[in-house]
Amino acid sequence: MDSTTHDVLVLGAGGAGLRAAIALSEAAPQLDVAVVSKVYPMRSHTVAAEGGAAAVVQADDSFDAHAYDTISGGDWLCDQDAVELFVQEAPREMTLLEHWGCPWSRTPEGRVAVRPFGGMVRERTWYAADKTGFHLLHSLYQTALRHERLTWYDEWFVSRLLVADGRCQGAVAIELATGKVHALMARAVILATGGCGRVFAFTTNANIKTGDGMALAYRAGAALKDMEFMQYHPTGLPFTGILITEAARSEGGWLLNKDGYRYLQDYDLGKPEAKPVKRAMELGPRDRLSQAFVKEHEKGRTIATEHGHVVHLDIRHLGERTIDSKLPFVRELCRKYENLDPVREMIRVRPVVHYMMGGVATDLDGATELPGLFAAGEVACVSINGANRLGSNSLTELLVFGARAGAAAARWALAAAPPQPGVLTQAFAEERRIGDQLARAGGGERVATLRRELQEAMEAGAGIYRDELGLRRAAARVAELRERFGSARLDDASLTFNTELVAWLELDCLIDVAGAMIASALARRESRGAHQRSDFPARDDERFLAHSMARRGAGGEVEVALAPVTITRWLPGERVYGREKDS
Amino acid sequence: MSETTIEIAVRRYRPEVEVEPSWQSYEVPCRREWMVLDGLNWIKDRLDGTLSYRWACRMGVCGSCGMMVNGDPTLTCAAYLKDLLPGPVRVEPLRGFPVVRDLVVDISDFVAKLASVKPWIVRAIEKSPDDGEYLQTPEQLADYKQYSMCINCLLCYSACPIYALEPEFVGPAALALAQRYNLDSRDEGAAERMEILSQHEGIWSCTFVGECSVVCPKHVDPAGAIQRYKLDAAADWVRSVLLPWGKR
Repeated sequence: MDSTTHDVLVLGAGGAGLRAAIALSEAAPQLDVAVVSKVYPMRSHTVAAEGGAAAVVQADDSFDAHAYDTISGGDWLCDQDAVELFVQEAPREMTLLEHWGCPWSRTPEGRVAVRPFGGMVRERTWYAADKTGFHLLHSLYQTALRHERLTWYDEWFVSRLLVADGRCQGAVAIELATGKVHALMARAVILATGGCGRVFAFTTNANIKTGDGMALAYRAGAALKDMEFMQYHPTGLPFTGILITEAARSEGGWLLNKDGYRYLQDYDLGKPEAKPVKRAMELGPRDRLSQAFVKEHEKGRTIATEHGHVVHLDIRHLGERTIDSKLPFVRELCRKYENLDPVREMIRVRPVVHYMMGGVATDLDGATELPGLFAAGEVACVSINGANRLGSNSLTELLVFGARAGAAAARWALAAAPPQPGVLTQAFAEERRIGDQLARAGGGERVATLRRELQEAMEAGAGIYRDELGLRRAAARVAELRERFGSARLDDASLTFNTELVAWLELDCLIDVAGAMIASALARRESRGAHQRSDFPARDDERFLAHSMARRGAGGEVEVALAPVTITRWLPGERVYGREKDS
Repeated sequence: MSETTIEIAVRRYRPEVEVEPSWQSYEVPCRREWMVLDGLNWIKDRLDGTLSYRWACRMGVCGSCGMMVNGDPTLTCAAYLKDLLPGPVRVEPLRGFPVVRDLVVDISDFVAKLASVKPWIVRAIEKSPDDGEYLQTPEQLADYKQYSMCINCLLCYSACPIYALEPEFVGPAALALAQRYNLDSRDEGAAERMEILSQHEGIWSCTFVGECSVVCPKHVDPAGAIQRYKLDAAADWVRSVLLPWGKR
């Protein structure tokens, strides 16, 4: 086994990882930094984000307004110190991206243009038409290429963290092209591996979003925070799960039931107006919109299709010019994947698993509970998203907290002792585990079979509305799948680009993440944001104004504890959309 | 009624067990909304776990799943199986690149070339983010926007007859991206890039076959970018000959 030593490893090369790598390179050019990613950086899932990235820019807007929108949107589960810092640092980070070439859409005067977004009281969403994530990722990657001292391990899969003396000292990675297992030793490691939407079958997430970093940190003893909060985006295409951006609604699109009725008016989201009203109706928060869909379905007012029930997203009244200038990707996706033109036809949509609000618990600098291990982006939970993320906060989060994690890891690495050769024993053990799996022949089930069953179990028991019985059933199925995983078989024993081996390692992560999600959801006997318990329909601030911290117990079981939420200035209150607050 | 099926013939290459590539055929369902990639996933998940290929987003934006389909460079997540009935559908690795295994090709050459054209904003003096954004009008944005839409899927390299013959050629996507920065009103790096690109392997190799622009799934038009580059380079040369002492 080869062993290489760097000062810092960045695991993942999407928005957060690239921003962290640039921050490291700028903060301490003398550090030897390596970026390890299971895909080429430009394939990372940041690429798929569409609508935009939030940062206060208008004179009539304020940091407090952005903070309040975020905190009320998150149903008061956000850590408010993190939110305050986030909204303050957001404009500078977004401007940096502008300086690095991001093709932001502009006003006629040449200023950066902003659009409204769900749950936001002012226009503060910067956008590059409706391919914001794509442009953000490519701008970051191309800018990172300028930092010549960065080492790139493209298409290396990290399967284990190296931990000794109570600190993270590196990782084990498989070089996919050769199947070689490498020990990558380092003084600090930053997780930037993204989310875990593939725990579910119907998701906007790319095939690569398998919760790898969450599982790695969890196995290494770090806590996973608020894992019961999975965001359903209200407008996914029914068969593919492809996202139709919230920008379609912020530009004026309507959600209609089978009778052509703007049904959101029945769910305390305000009255229908011809023009979009901020924090109302179609510009309500995602959790409330997805929940309204379920209720509408129960009333029999959705439309049955061969791929489940849908409602209609209607943007025809925006006209071809607006659609082509503001929402060209929406049109492209509908034409390609739904064979319809949204200029002339309504789009069939339904809620779809989109974003994990929880993740590896970190402080404001991205430091996890495990010294030497940092995390930023969707893999992390700092937490600015609370129980429900507002659209366009996540891209900004990648930048703000990617930069902070990079700078903090640089400080840590400059002071930390070098990694100890003793951790190599763990790397040898991991190499053996992988080798044994490759050598296992006959018997056992396919990885794909087990993955499908896991996704079915999650869809059945851990969806938009959950209850004790359904969650217990899901927990039992996940436990059973953990058993069966132990004797899973691979068809492919090859060392060269073995994607079945990768799928096996990913499934291992998915099972751990699913277990943490279910245990956290069982423990939270209230309804808040994206976590709706039909057996506990009300928010319960007395018992559950608290974060769930899921840790791995000594026997491998999930242990869930509660931790306090940081409240600075905004006491928990009612979430009000589409009307005046009751005084 | 039995389900419509279609045959997918895959060009396979497993370096550990075979010296030469071979063909292997699979019968898969041909459902109305399935892309070629869905057919491959069916094979991988149900029939043969050894088949190797790349994919990620399944919405035509990550650029991972480019392959040759019936001889044409194709994004397999954006090509309907039903359009290829009655089949068989021939799927091969992207032409013009070394094959690592099955449908996976080695794209490290492109990544190195991308970095070589300095695909980032170059400025003599960089503004502090505290001083706000650079102004850029919608018209100035439109000057380069098209070239910024490249998803690095590399279909254009696969279609390019020059790249196949002269592997040193920088190639369509990297040249389009160089031009993307040259045309950006915030950038001052055109001269630096010109120095790199006016070498033989830079722009002059291109003979304007134009296949790159034909296959581009995002309408980036690399051929147009290269043509514009050549004109600029030629004008530069003329200026340097006529006004060797002056400011160019």
